[in-house]
Amino acid sequence: MAEPRQHSLLPYALVLGALLLLTALTVGAAYVHFGHPWSDLVALVIALTKATLVVLFFMHVKGSTTAVKITAAGSVLWLAILFAFLMADILTRHTLVPGWGS
Amino acid sequence: MSNAAHSVESVGLAHHFESYEQQKQSSFLGMWLFLAQEAMFFGGLFATYLYYRAQYPGAFLLGSRQLQVPVGAFNTAILLLSSFTMVVAVWGAQHGRRKTTFLGLAMTILFGVAFLGVKVYEYSLKWEHQLVPGLNFHWHGAGAGDHLEIFFSLYFGMTGMHALHMIVGIVIMLLMLRPAWRGKWTPENHNFVEGFGLYWHFVDIVWIFLFPFLYLIGLST
Repeated sequence: MAEPRQHSLLPYALVLGALLLLTALTVGAAYVHFGHPWSDLVALVIALTKATLVVLFFMHVKGSTTAVKITAAGSVLWLAILFAFLMADILTRHTLVPGWGS
Repeated sequence: MSNAAHSVESVGLAHHFESYEQQKQSSFLGMWLFLAQEAMFFGGLFATYLYYRAQYPGAFLLGSRQLQVPVGAFNTAILLLSSFTMVVAVWGAQHGRRKTTFLGLAMTILFGVAFLGVKVYEYSLKWEHQLVPGLNFHWHGAGAGDHLEIFFSLYFGMTGMHALHMIVGIVIMLLMLRPAWRGKWTPENHNFVEGFGLYWHFVDIVWIFLFPFLYLIGLST
């Protein structure tokens, strides 16, 4: 259960390189015309990838205890509940059941 | 003999823990529970953003175009670098290299201050262009600029809350410099450095989401 001792700084430097590349990628992708929901989804996927790299390697969740992994995953789950129910409201707000409203 | 060895061993071990390992895992779990709450706090701000963006998509695209992409990208790179130097500081503490820990913290402070400096520059431009809701807002550009204040309220609210977290982090790091130089943190007990590192990386993650959704929307339209 002990956290693995990282003997070299090289893996951290590689993660930093990947994060900087993904930043350049998200800026570049923003100028490409993907159309309405897709541009945001591309930005979201790149941001989620960057966040995952930070959580796994910089925050050492890779190799941490199960309790920490559950807590980290739990924060993502709680946020997902928040956004899923909000989106359900936003995306269906203008849909009226026949016979109700005008 | 065994008594002496025991007293040396238990430096930095609080009496209510049985071992360094137990102390360390309790400390990290506590930090992660705190960060889970922080995630919900910022999640509320992002939920507000999502709701209003769905209501007034035009205002958000127009507002985003008032921010400078190169400045935001530069600041993103600065913050990612600060996360790297933070991880170097933690690595130094894990290996009992006090100078590495000290330098890592010092560099993280420098990058953090640089980030805030750029933010001050950006805020001052917004003031100049009269884009500060409530205090100094007047739309001079093309188009109606309806609901633009909602975008800028969220811009200042979200980046302001993020900046406040960074200021708190920088103050804590300044207080950590002296103990770091004196070699307070050892391979057995450096939970404070590693726990603080978790906080700093969390603040970095918040910016990873703020940058594209504030600066980069509507660039292709």
